[in-house]
Amino acid sequence: MLQGYGPLLLKGLAMTIGVSLAAFAVAFVLGLLGASAKLYGGRVLRTIAEIYTVVIRGVPELVLILLIYYGTPTLIQTLVRTFGPESMSRFRVDFDPFIAGVCTLGLIYGAFATEVFRGAIRSIPKGQIEAGIAYGMTGFTLIRMVIFPQMLRFAISGLGNVWLVLVKATALISAIQLDELMRSAELASANTREPFTFYLIAALLYLSVTVVSLALIKRTEQFAFRGNEARG
Amino acid sequence: MQAQSQVAFDPSQGTAETVLSVDNLHKSFGALEVLKGISLEAHKGDVISILGSSGSGKSTFLRCLNLLETPSTGDIRLKGEPVFSSKDPKFSTKRDRGLTARQRSRMPMVFQGFNLWSHMTILQNVMAAPSKVLNRPAHEVEELAMSVLERVGIANKRDMYPSQLSGGQQQRAAIARALAMKPTLILFDEPTSALDPELVGEVLRVMRKLAEEHVTMLVVTHEMNFARDVSTKVVFLHQGLVEEEGTPDEVFGSPKSQRCREFLSTTSY
Repeated sequence: MLQGYGPLLLKGLAMTIGVSLAAFAVAFVLGLLGASAKLYGGRVLRTIAEIYTVVIRGVPELVLILLIYYGTPTLIQTLVRTFGPESMSRFRVDFDPFIAGVCTLGLIYGAFATEVFRGAIRSIPKGQIEAGIAYGMTGFTLIRMVIFPQMLRFAISGLGNVWLVLVKATALISAIQLDELMRSAELASANTREPFTFYLIAALLYLSVTVVSLALIKRTEQFAFRGNEARG
Repeated sequence: MQAQSQVAFDPSQGTAETVLSVDNLHKSFGALEVLKGISLEAHKGDVISILGSSGSGKSTFLRCLNLLETPSTGDIRLKGEPVFSSKDPKFSTKRDRGLTARQRSRMPMVFQGFNLWSHMTILQNVMAAPSKVLNRPAHEVEELAMSVLERVGIANKRDMYPSQLSGGQQQRAAIARALAMKPTLILFDEPTSALDPELVGEVLRVMRKLAEEHVTMLVVTHEMNFARDVSTKVVFLHQGLVEEEGTPDEVFGSPKSQRCREFLSTTSY
């Protein structure tokens, strides 16, 4: 039934999961930075974070993906050729589609993660942080011992959503020729002329990732809520 | 460090070392002046009860001591070492955060609402600051943590989370958390005010025991019996000033100020 396209689809699935994990890691870090900038930054940092979240959340993912993958190298080339030394007049850059995909999705979902973290940090009961300060905790120690673990339980369901949406958004990266699940399904269906079969299989594979994710999110939630009776 | 030489001895207290000295402390929130110049000395082993009606500034005063609120002007010294000084920018406008944190760790606070970290077990709560702030070795900290939990009588709850304990047990754990810092003094901010009446006793018993062991304590409280029976000194605040100050016998027996008399007569104990 798969006419030999099974391994290709599985490889695509592996690539989808790989891109998702890497992009989520980027989004997680950007989210923490963005939320910290919005809550604790000076005026400049706050403004940068504000522009970041508004612009990113306001432009369709596909437009951003194409803009970064095709637009950025062209822009860099033009700049280097125009302003760089003579010897660089034929300068060329190409983005690796995996890295471009990870960066773009990370950048996009980092904006959503920023809002999740910001809300979560603001939900921490004031006394928890105050106790940390009163016992001499500062900076990184305070974040690691109190703010981060306290914040996690308020962030976990929002982060879970970001992850689920991000996994599905990786399908858009097929537009930049990365051999992930969607592109594999496209190839298979074009070559076999059986789009229903292969897109259905792709759909089921995406769904299976989501189902497994939901179970993991639940486990993570139980950990994040340790010691707190009310479950989100 | 230079301050070691400035450790003062109050002749009236025999050889008891001055642990905390506060000089002319002011605090304003915008146009509202909450503390209007408070001075106070605490000697080693002192239990000082700070009384006053709501709005008298007693909690603000306590929170200024460990700089949870930044005083407007004044001086605070802990064992002679400056904690805050409005004349020295290192302690006011350009505050040395590391130094502030170190001083805070020497006078931990017990809060009205306990403020135990809800994601940590009781043992982890007690161990967190000694190991991560004071950087004491892990085995030493665990031993210390168990001994302070014994002292407040909840060693058997070590692996439970705060939410699984009664309010009284939580506050005792919070006291253990403070003791584990091997503090110079402990600040208590209305430690029994959030407790159900039947749980107040167990917390006061622990505090009484600490007083007998000569732990230096500053206690903002409404518990008049505790203030009268346990304190070495009682301070009555009114509208941001020390209105009356003395031994419990003096303050409860023959208060000089009208305000203090009124306050004591309207408070049942």
